[in-house]
Amino acid sequence: MQKLSTRHLLGIKDLTPEDIELIMATATEFKEVINRPIKKVPSLRDVTIANVFFENSTRTRLSFELAEKRLSADTLSFSAAGSSVKKGETLLDTVNNILAMKVDMIVMRHASPGAPHYLSKHISANIVNAGDGTHEHPTQALLDSFSMREKLGDLAGKKIAIIGDILHSRVALSNIFALKKQGAEVMLCGPSTLIPRHITELGVTVCHDVKKALAWCDVANVLRIQLERQQIKYFPSLREYSLYYGINKKMLDELDKEIVLMHPGPINRGVELTSDAADSHHSIILDQVENGVAVRMAVLYLLAAQN
Amino acid sequence: MQRKLILSSPLLEITISRLCQELIENHQDFTDSVIIGLQPRGIFFAKRIQEELLSITGKNIPLGQLDATFYRDDFRRREPLKPNATKVPFLIENKKVILVDDVLATGRMVRAALDAMTAFGRPDKVELCVLVDRIYNRDLPVKPDYVGKKVNTIDTEKVLVEWKEQGHEADRIWLITK
Repeated sequence: MQKLSTRHLLGIKDLTPEDIELIMATATEFKEVINRPIKKVPSLRDVTIANVFFENSTRTRLSFELAEKRLSADTLSFSAAGSSVKKGETLLDTVNNILAMKVDMIVMRHASPGAPHYLSKHISANIVNAGDGTHEHPTQALLDSFSMREKLGDLAGKKIAIIGDILHSRVALSNIFALKKQGAEVMLCGPSTLIPRHITELGVTVCHDVKKALAWCDVANVLRIQLERQQIKYFPSLREYSLYYGINKKMLDELDKEIVLMHPGPINRGVELTSDAADSHHSIILDQVENGVAVRMAVLYLLAAQN
Repeated sequence: MQRKLILSSPLLEITISRLCQELIENHQDFTDSVIIGLQPRGIFFAKRIQEELLSITGKNIPLGQLDATFYRDDFRRREPLKPNATKVPFLIENKKVILVDDVLATGRMVRAALDAMTAFGRPDKVELCVLVDRIYNRDLPVKPDYVGKKVNTIDTEKVLVEWKEQGHEADRIWLITK
């Protein structure tokens, strides 16, 4: 069987198209496992994984923990709040202390872009990036692709619109890399203040009219407005954003085709998506969450096999 | 690389119907019996057995396919194997399971399969049916209940089972010397 081309999952940027195919194929089998009466396999019985979260998380953290448990790994969880990080310990010291307790893999979320890349140069354990600032969130992009493939099959030539706060979104960047590697067409949609300059160099198109984007796409991946990362005002008010870029069920019903609606969560209901759209038959938001466990199991399994 | 035919198509057919007669002897009307073929290659043999039993007894015995890759004991010790699809559309709780594989060698895959099976319930009984038994290759104390053909092989030899379903021109079993 092929192996991944990398020892760490730092970002989708470093993966080859073959790596993505291998992860998708393995995740398909793990999805069957998590739908069994007994949802657990013993593969990672002798592997210890530390979940190191320097930033808040609900879905990603629970999803990783569950994936680890379903694979029978031993897990320990660490969150910066209530730890010695508050006493001034450096990132490398913190992680080295965790590794001294014989940990094989680190799943890390950090507010600084590049934090997992820095760690990978100094430690021997496998690292999985669970989100580094506004940079990458590779497992989210992989589970998004997996969910799209479940609905649409092969993504080559498919049209994906990513709508919302692109500037602050690690999900957007990882999705762009993942989708381009699978041959999909990508359009970004949002107010010009929330679209990074030069982003078209990644081979994507930009549009500022959400209705046009919806009419063009097969899949709309809607992102949250990340107010916590916005130091300045990027648009006049949430109400105005919602008027221009919010998606409601009426807009979906008016399209002359079926589209798939996705959101990585957490949703700000009434801002980027209205409740009737988020809960409509177009939405596969909860499938994304289920697939997240299967995809993370595949990533952990394939990285553990690298040793 | 040399290959020697050890079972030709007509003989293979006779072997399969003989194994089915043995199964009928032990299972009689197959109430509570299920067949589980082991991925990747045992599934073709399992399907043949199920079809043969259907034509002899008229009973459509539930058939599943099980992949034991995630239960192997050599993960992280060698190159990982590619996982295949598991489809067990029934519970095996209190069932008589006929576990089917094409070639039995070390017995490690069967050990993994016994482990993997428990995800679908606690069977009443498990029997092992193999087409080829490489008798002197065992690493674990595993003994088949139904054997198509016993072969005596050394480590550099390999048994290859070819099925028409896989695109081969005929059903054949080869002994390959590296």
